[in-house]
Amino acid sequence: MTSSSQALDAGVAAKLPDDVEQAAARALRRYRGKVRFWRVAIIVVVLGAWEIAGRTGAIDPFFFAMPSSIAAKLRVWLTVGTPIGSIYAQVWVTLQESILGFVIGSVLGVIAGIVLGRNRTLSDVLTIYVRIANSVPRVVLGSIFVIAFGLGMASKVALAVVMVFFIVFANAFQGVREADRALISNARFLGASPLQVTTSVVIPSAMSWILASLHISFSFALVGAVVGEFLGSRQGIGLLIATAQGLFDAPGVFAAMIVLGAIALGADAVLTAAERRLLVWRPAATADRW
Amino acid sequence: MPSTEPAPAGAPIIELRRVSRQFVTPDGRSLLALRDFDLTVRRGQFVAIVGPTGCGKSTTLNLITGLARPTTGEVEVLGRPVDRIDPRVGFVFQSDALFPWRNVLDNVTAGPRFRGRTRSDAEAAARDWIERVGLAGFEHHYPHQLSGGMRKRCALAQTFINGPEVLLMDEPFSALDVQTRVVMQDELLRLWESTGASVVFVTHDIEEAIGLADRVYVLTARPATVKAVYDIDLPRPRVLSEIRYDERFVAISRVIWNDLRRDAIALA
Repeated sequence: MTSSSQALDAGVAAKLPDDVEQAAARALRRYRGKVRFWRVAIIVVVLGAWEIAGRTGAIDPFFFAMPSSIAAKLRVWLTVGTPIGSIYAQVWVTLQESILGFVIGSVLGVIAGIVLGRNRTLSDVLTIYVRIANSVPRVVLGSIFVIAFGLGMASKVALAVVMVFFIVFANAFQGVREADRALISNARFLGASPLQVTTSVVIPSAMSWILASLHISFSFALVGAVVGEFLGSRQGIGLLIATAQGLFDAPGVFAAMIVLGAIALGADAVLTAAERRLLVWRPAATADRW
Repeated sequence: MPSTEPAPAGAPIIELRRVSRQFVTPDGRSLLALRDFDLTVRRGQFVAIVGPTGCGKSTTLNLITGLARPTTGEVEVLGRPVDRIDPRVGFVFQSDALFPWRNVLDNVTAGPRFRGRTRSDAEAAARDWIERVGLAGFEHHYPHQLSGGMRKRCALAQTFINGPEVLLMDEPFSALDVQTRVVMQDELLRLWESTGASVVFVTHDIEEAIGLADRVYVLTARPATVKAVYDIDLPRPRVLSEIRYDERFVAISRVIWNDLRRDAIALA
């Protein structure tokens, strides 16, 4: 479908006079330029207004900081270090906790989703408990984990796992349930055993659901790790934030936020690349628009 | 008496005897889909089942595959009562049932791989079938990159590679445009004649049924039962694009249409 209609478009375009083509290209360039201009304009206006408001005293820079003081804080962290040691060490600790929590939580979520999605009775029995567990604010569990697993990495990983699990589970479960009946019947007629139906039909068709959930769940893993560090730890970005808070260091809190944002964006880029590779079979309807 | 011996030529391969099938709808009412249904398919025979939309044609196929059980009556396939999906039965679906995440080659190898053949063995057989259905050169295309007709070719290769003795087809070409449909009908006859499978072909298109089949079962509206059976004595091999102008074909169509007229008017 897609490739043939593209070929058709190309054929039509080739017959158009040059000036029409050039005009279209110019219009497209103009439009892209406009989008880029407004993107930059918005950030300049927001940061500029913030900076001016802070300098003129419209807001108190002691509580709300200013872009310039945040940038200065980041520079110090990156070049000299933070009150609790090298920034890179803190990033590395938080990253490790998030990645471990993300991987363990996703694997458990996928397995649970597939098992319950494939077993009607089991899912009918357990759905109610999953719903209850899902409605409880899970961040509170962080306190339990710090008590049980101590100030080290384990308590943060555990909280990240819990945060990730439910999201991935819900998506995997839904993905399994949505697997096309015709594909499952076809596999059975072709000779697939129930296990082969699961591995070669159900899991691949749930894959787009699962991959979609992984995007959000890495941010949740990060939240789990940071909140865990907040509640009690010896290193990590969460501790950095808690320390800055204790010192009434507003620029420090914002600077830590920016570091976390950078980590989340980086992880998202990695996941997007992985998703592209895994879903080559899908029609290019979700082509790169950004 | 049912026997597990391979049936000789002309022996019944599929037998439905006075079969009825009742459903219970979600709101608790019972619905009779089939009533006192008799059907016999002999070895190597091409049988078409025609009937108004929603009359229970697909139910018939589900009974033959074992996906549905008869409420009363008996269903025997390949000499024994049906209790599960038989590996000797192949099924071609109305919808697109190719695995979208597998390319053509991997779709066609699916059956042999599920059945435990080695990858190289399965691929050799698959390349042969891909060639036979005219998809050579498209081995590494994904289904979404193929046209509707090419996807059907792939589905046929995927089913034929398992060497089914019984081939069940549920309106397989109904989603295709008219020209492609005729091409695929000829393709199907060519492939079928080389394998000798027994076919049950469900369709709502009477011309398609007459052109393809040795015997046409016409069903009544729900609850479906056999309204009439027609033996089609058109010589084989047939070419669908030409047969529609054949005098015998026209005569048979006229007889069946006349018989159906009253039903069709009642339904319209």
